[in-house]
Amino acid sequence: MWEYTDKVQQHFLHPHNVGEVENPSGTGDVGSLACGDALKLTLKIDKDERIVDAKFKTFGCASAIASSSALTLMVTGMTVSEAEKITNEDIADYLGGLPKEKMHCSVMGREALEAAIADYRGVTLPMAEGEVVCECFGVTDLEVIRAIKESDLRSVEEITNFTKAGGGCGKCEDRLRDILQATVSEGTVTPVQIEGPKRMTTLQKIKKIEEVLEREIKPVLRKDGGDIELVDVDGDFVMVSLRGACTSCAKSQTTLKEYVEKKLRELVLESLIVEAAK
Amino acid sequence: MNCDADKVIYMDNNATTRVAPEVVDAMMPFLTDCYGNPSSMYNFGGQVGKAITKARGQVAELLGAESSEIIFTSCGTESDSTAILSALQAFPEKRHIVTTRVEHPAVKNLCENVDRRTGHKHRVTRLQVESDGTLDMARYEEALADDTSIVSVMWANNETGVIFPVEKMASMAKERGILFHTDAVQAVGKIPINLGELDIDFLSLSGHKLHAPKGVGVLYVKRGTPFVPFLAGGHQEEGRRGGTENVASIVGLGKACELAGKMMAEENSRVKALRDRLEEGLLASVPKSMLNGHKTDRLPNTTNISFEFVEGEAILLHMNLYNICASSGSACTSGSLEPSHVLRAMGVPFTAAHGSIRFSLSIYNTEAEVDFVLEKMPSIIAELREMSPFWNAE
Repeated sequence: MWEYTDKVQQHFLHPHNVGEVENPSGTGDVGSLACGDALKLTLKIDKDERIVDAKFKTFGCASAIASSSALTLMVTGMTVSEAEKITNEDIADYLGGLPKEKMHCSVMGREALEAAIADYRGVTLPMAEGEVVCECFGVTDLEVIRAIKESDLRSVEEITNFTKAGGGCGKCEDRLRDILQATVSEGTVTPVQIEGPKRMTTLQKIKKIEEVLEREIKPVLRKDGGDIELVDVDGDFVMVSLRGACTSCAKSQTTLKEYVEKKLRELVLESLIVEAAK
Repeated sequence: MNCDADKVIYMDNNATTRVAPEVVDAMMPFLTDCYGNPSSMYNFGGQVGKAITKARGQVAELLGAESSEIIFTSCGTESDSTAILSALQAFPEKRHIVTTRVEHPAVKNLCENVDRRTGHKHRVTRLQVESDGTLDMARYEEALADDTSIVSVMWANNETGVIFPVEKMASMAKERGILFHTDAVQAVGKIPINLGELDIDFLSLSGHKLHAPKGVGVLYVKRGTPFVPFLAGGHQEEGRRGGTENVASIVGLGKACELAGKMMAEENSRVKALRDRLEEGLLASVPKSMLNGHKTDRLPNTTNISFEFVEGEAILLHMNLYNICASSGSACTSGSLEPSHVLRAMGVPFTAAHGSIRFSLSIYNTEAEVDFVLEKMPSIIAELREMSPFWNAE
């Protein structure tokens, strides 16, 4: 049984604003029966661009219905430009959180809102123009990239929880891993094609990374009066802190990516991504 | 902890069952005073060994088997793994398995990943089912090959209750020198089984599906069938399954088998009548609802009904408000993103698969409970459909 917050249960059992607004100013239709959840959001927007009424119809589980109900309450009274800023995280937060496997329900809410606003403005959504990555659930690369950035996703499993991509046949997992890597690295490195990545526990990774830092990397940096320290390992993300001369070096980012990351990928795990600790 | 069991309308007996009070009584001495190890030499342990012998006899009696053919295990899953891996090791040159698309994960996932366990490449034929969940016997016959080591086909499906003709299938396998395993976890106790007359080599059963506790199962191995143990260890179960016996649960399972034998007639008359009343009532009172699975080749206690255009988890949580317990084949309840592999194999459309609810009854259900469910379900479905964007569009 899922652990739903009281707020999710309230919104599920006693949803607000069920139905359809008459003569809506904008309609957002997302999801499908095949996917197992779908949401139709209708908005009434006045001449000052303020949302005066919002209603929903949802096919889906408790969290899909609760997310829809919450969304209508959140947007009513907002201007369109205010509503545009709502993220799926905002919807989940409003409900006191959602189980991680159910985050895609909040994403569906956000998508319906965007679709309804686009419909109101008479424009096409850029998301629909992306390339479909996950055939099973019709998820585009643009949607995946956005979810990674907005919700700070760190693994393919998290991408699936948030967007459903990869949750069907699983054939797109490699592609999702590439997108994840490219997105998090913000295009500073070309995505490396990973073939059947090795599985290592975090502890194994940390030990191996430390070993390589000591043996290979530190001696080289020290020659230039710099140094490096491992701060954290989170999945495939290696957080390091550059020390000494490196801190003031304009090329430190290049050092991190071109040298440290390259070396760690070569000697530890090819899926590793090195970042400077904040 | 108080579970308010008396307030619950429990119609999820294919998931697990209430431990029969008689079973609890039979077990109690072995959870308190009679704690001796059955393998010990002194009387204090030996008498516990006798209790296991009695339980073995009770299980054998229900299955129409001999006591020596009964191996106690920890669960149905262990029994399934033991049988299939034993056959593959007994005939290492045979690299083909025949199974179905609708098996329980205990068999399905094992067969799909068997290469990793054995270090060999295996071909796995997963038989397709018809839209009513039954098997095409011609296709089964075609699938049996010279290098088939084992056929593993469930006796009755856990989701739909559909019964496969395992008696005949086992004979067909035997004629070709192929071992036959059946996961009978859902069938034992619900329909008569007489293994003495059949060509079934391995049969798995699970205690908690027939009013015994969780954590005990049985693997039946026909006399003379080559066998390689799964758990190596001591001499328990005549060296066929190491590990000190789960005495209390084994005794409980024996008692539960004895009770099941006595209750078999009631299961197939009164319980079946309740199931039919529930099924007919729901199909009549809820528009756009349909039965999943064959109407008659089916367990007497199970009905699987799809309510179109609504989602299963939402239905279950509304039923939960009335303390009605059942299951769904919807994606959201499984933790995966796709609906039940059983319903998809049957070609049930997504519109219906996501809104499927399985009710599975037991001898403890009453007519009043069925009527209560019949009273509540139509409004639950109507309320959710009111919310569904696909409902008015129809």
